[in-house]
Amino acid sequence: MTEVDISTAWRESSLQQILDDLDRDLVGLQPVKTRIREIAAMLLVARLREQAGLTTEKPTLHMCFTGRPGTGKTTVATRMAKILQSLGYVRKGHLVVATRDDLVGQYVGHTAPKTKEVLKKAMGGVLFIDEAYYLYRPENERDYGQEAIEMLLQVMENQRDDLVVVLAGYKERMDIFFQANPGFHSRIAHHIHFPDYTLDELLQIGELMVKQQHYTFDDASRRAFREYLQRRIQRPHFSNARSVRNAIDRFKLRQANRLIKQGGSIPVAELARIDASDIYASSVFQDGAAVAVGHTSPSEAQGGEGARR
Amino acid sequence: MRITQGTFSYLPDFTDDEIREQIQYCLDNDWPISIEYTDDPHPRNTYWEMWGLPMFDIKDPSAIMMELDACRKAFPNHYIRINGYDRRLGRQTIALQFIVQRPKHEPGFQLERIESHDRTVRYSIRSYAADKPAGERYQ
Repeated sequence: MTEVDISTAWRESSLQQILDDLDRDLVGLQPVKTRIREIAAMLLVARLREQAGLTTEKPTLHMCFTGRPGTGKTTVATRMAKILQSLGYVRKGHLVVATRDDLVGQYVGHTAPKTKEVLKKAMGGVLFIDEAYYLYRPENERDYGQEAIEMLLQVMENQRDDLVVVLAGYKERMDIFFQANPGFHSRIAHHIHFPDYTLDELLQIGELMVKQQHYTFDDASRRAFREYLQRRIQRPHFSNARSVRNAIDRFKLRQANRLIKQGGSIPVAELARIDASDIYASSVFQDGAAVAVGHTSPSEAQGGEGARR
Repeated sequence: MRITQGTFSYLPDFTDDEIREQIQYCLDNDWPISIEYTDDPHPRNTYWEMWGLPMFDIKDPSAIMMELDACRKAFPNHYIRINGYDRRLGRQTIALQFIVQRPKHEPGFQLERIESHDRTVRYSIRSYAADKPAGERYQ
């Protein structure tokens, strides 16, 4: 065979479909999308080279996603699993999410079976280790995390065909983690950083979520939502899209309460409409409180992933 | 004498790839898989030793092959079999079971004739391997 039809290979791999979905479903994240597109192209070419008999080293697929909470790391990992599956790099394409609690045991001899259990579940798919740096606790030399790390490294090296590991967490802490565990760093081929969303992107995400849940903003509440986000970003424990989702859940709560209090008979459209008052009732608009904590920089507030406010 | 039992008793021994495919079939049917081993080949020896616990929530055969390899390494000359258990109400039984490893030399069975009352002959079989205590057979 002297010619390779790349367009056909691309079309047959259904990659375009997955990447288009990624583009459509995820707001912003341009650098991430570009990187994923590049990785997908690289993997497809590697596959074609293999078929053409140009022996290449099997590409290393383990990845590291860094970024603040709520920037879409898990979502992208799910898509990544699908991409890898459509190219035949993993057989099943499912995603297993694990944290330190799932991997590290509580007494001697507990860690290995626990880690093994998770690894076995993830085989044929992608193992997503959230906040991976918690595995390594240098302050406690008897910590069992080291055992889990060694097992992970062993499987990452020996069973590269069976599973892909994605580590995720804050960039700064991940860097420290890699410095302490150089074995990890060298086994990870792709480091992808997820930037924070801008205000406009967050608004767009909010609109999308509201629409998916069959609610609507009117003009007043849209303005209120913008003001809300402007203030919310300043507050500690802001976790991007996750905070937006939680905020919308609270808007829904207040809307329901308002409707019940109001009573009587209302048009159906009112059941879907979020009023500006539902948003202005939020605690971020209680001045004083907002100012008092407003100066905490986001990087100082890293500890509380998923904290509700 | 080659011991046969289980679902594919009439077939030659499976290769690893064939084992993998059978495991995949079990997983597709949502049958959790367990691995068992023994050094007592008597056909009435129903309960073999368990290699770890039955494996639930496994998506890919490679996880089970990993356990199987570990079991083979620990017991290189034992019988090892794989069970697929169907947990559906109304069935709740082993749905598929096959031997994946056997000792290199299987000495077979002695047929014993026992004189019973009124010159009745009763028969019994006894594995030559079982003469030694458990754990020292098939060394």
